[in-house]
Amino acid sequence: MIDSALIPKGVKRCPTWQFALAVALASGVLLWGVYAMLLCWIKGLNQTNMNNAYGFALWIWADLAVIALGGGAFFTGLLRYVFGKDELKHLINYAVLIGFICYSSAQLILAIDVGQPLRAWFIFWHANVHSMLTEVAFCLSAYFGVLCIEYLPLILENRQIDKVPFWHNLSHNLHHIMAVFAATGAFLSFFHQGSLGGVSGVLFGRPFSFREGVLVWPWTFFLFTWSAAACGPCFTIAITKMTEAIAGKKLVKDNVIQLLAKIAGWMLATYIVAKIIDTIYWATVTAPSKGMNLMDFYSNNAFYGIWILVLEIGICGILPAAILITPAGRKNPKLLTTAAVLGAVGVCVNRWVMVLQTLAVPVLPFESWTLYLPSWQEVATTILPVAYGVILVLISYRYLPVFPQEPELNPIEQ
Amino acid sequence: MFPFNFEWVWDLGHMVFMGGLWYALTIIGLGVTYCVVKAVKETSEGAQDSHH
Amino acid sequence: MKEEHRQDGPKKYGMVIDLDKCTGCGSCMVACMSENNAPFREDESDKLLSVAWLRLYKLTNGKPYPDTDVCYLPRPCMHCEGHNGHSPCVSVCPATATDYDSATGIVSQIYTRCFGCRYCMAACPYHARVFNWWDPVWPDGMEKYLNPDVSVRMRGIVEKCSFCYHRLQRAKDKAYAEGRREIREDEYQTACTQACPAGAITFGDLNNPKHAVYKLRKSPRAFRLLERLGTNPKVYYLSSREWVRRAGDNYLADEATGAGKHMAEHKG
Repeated sequence: MIDSALIPKGVKRCPTWQFALAVALASGVLLWGVYAMLLCWIKGLNQTNMNNAYGFALWIWADLAVIALGGGAFFTGLLRYVFGKDELKHLINYAVLIGFICYSSAQLILAIDVGQPLRAWFIFWHANVHSMLTEVAFCLSAYFGVLCIEYLPLILENRQIDKVPFWHNLSHNLHHIMAVFAATGAFLSFFHQGSLGGVSGVLFGRPFSFREGVLVWPWTFFLFTWSAAACGPCFTIAITKMTEAIAGKKLVKDNVIQLLAKIAGWMLATYIVAKIIDTIYWATVTAPSKGMNLMDFYSNNAFYGIWILVLEIGICGILPAAILITPAGRKNPKLLTTAAVLGAVGVCVNRWVMVLQTLAVPVLPFESWTLYLPSWQEVATTILPVAYGVILVLISYRYLPVFPQEPELNPIEQ
Repeated sequence: MFPFNFEWVWDLGHMVFMGGLWYALTIIGLGVTYCVVKAVKETSEGAQDSHH
Repeated sequence: MKEEHRQDGPKKYGMVIDLDKCTGCGSCMVACMSENNAPFREDESDKLLSVAWLRLYKLTNGKPYPDTDVCYLPRPCMHCEGHNGHSPCVSVCPATATDYDSATGIVSQIYTRCFGCRYCMAACPYHARVFNWWDPVWPDGMEKYLNPDVSVRMRGIVEKCSFCYHRLQRAKDKAYAEGRREIREDEYQTACTQACPAGAITFGDLNNPKHAVYKLRKSPRAFRLLERLGTNPKVYYLSSREWVRRAGDNYLADEATGAGKHMAEHKG
């Protein structure tokens, strides 16, 4: 193969043409997204189907969702480097890569989403420390820096780069103090994941999402951090399983996946208990104090019914948690993957309702529900990061030792 | 973001928020600097060793 | 000295709109748009894309003929005070582009500071904030008729009713030039107030017992929109019709109209 000098030792990769074809296909989708992105930048946000009732829409949901899904990186890092769950070193590279993709995607989407992208730096320069969004911007950017630092040693481990002494030494040194970066990353993640929950939780003008809380933080602050720590690893597991299926080989040993699945399961189980308590309190105390009943939020419109609450808490919460905390459940490969996917879907549904349903529910009694369908430009720019993620995974998997157990699990016959 | 920005006030909110942020950024910055400086040192020492 | 201090004390500009008088003619909207250089497009049929600082709602009691009753409700920005100036939109703005002025009670919007994240729009339950989805394009020659006291806004930012703040500045300048420290009630009036042919809108300092709004807002007919949320708006409405007052807030089936008002007053 033309690029064999770049491929890690002890692993087998598909022919170059196959790889190039896959990259080309993903690039096609990427270019479609880039075209839509340029339309939004050049012509403005009139390219979207957002309006004055829907200031936040698909993009903000995508941001919240990818950041929650990327939570696997900080939580796996915390478990591996701070809590000493050593087995997870075989999965941490991929968790970091997925996190890197998620967070870079979030920043790109935000750059398209703001009305005046050239002024985006105002959020730092003229920071209002009382705004949850300010906290998100700061911690998200700083944590993205941490993710770059965590991803860098993996790049430096490429066979050719590693031959250069400086890069070899730098990679070694970064590995050596990675616990410091992982702990800082966990600190930053706690705050920005929470602040994303705070974004809708502090809206006291929106009874659907408003929650009481402690000090300056509404309960959604803690629920978002918790759910990201629970569902982020679910997404890491789901993507790992998908990668194994596409590569046609086992890449991570079962005990590693099982350990992460068990921890994610317990996080999800405890989260969902907290979420249920939060929902009951909101439905029986918070919302009625504003003159609204639970069913006011789930009726008189064409889309948002009580089914979405059942989907979020029951099908994508209680069910995957039950599968993952039972040894028999998580040891069954099909159930494990199903639970991991459901967990990831659940957190996406939660982010969807906290953004979109919040704005759809009428607050003024003489207004009615406003529903929204994204424009193709919004869809394309949301798929753009997925295509970019696929390309980055393809390149990283081919040229970097992402899965340390791969050579052992798939010995090459001489 | 900086005390010279005109919105800056020396209140609890700014001290806690910006204090936490600059604390985290300092750790990240010092960590990276340490790694790079150490790598430069090791590389130059390694080059000298191989030269001899 | 004491008297002087009292006069210089913080103002709380607010509005009282008598819905029994409002005919729904829309003059207030037109006056607002032309006073504040609000951009418009050829097709303004989708009201959710319009840059309208003041929007007129049509309320009905939902009863069939002959018991049908209609009420028109003009809705400017409520300039919410919240709890100690903690209005829903101000605290959420990440770039300090909107501010609650405790000296006037006016919620301002800094157009050149706003970068268009639209978090304030999500925070406002009244939909008082609008986004510039397009760059403003004026029909040929119309730019000569724009109000020189109000800056035009660019695409990609949020804007809202300012209680015609430029008129306050002009009135203050005039008073200063004449050696006065105080402005008179009639010197600072919003464009919508002056345009209303039915005289349904009254504007003034809610803190000043000499101003008409001071008394009007204490009327048993007075109510505010969504008081129960704790937004503490500075726009009051008057209506003698119970169903209209009830339409101003959300109530559980067993609650009496005004439950929110009593709660808000109790807290205040």
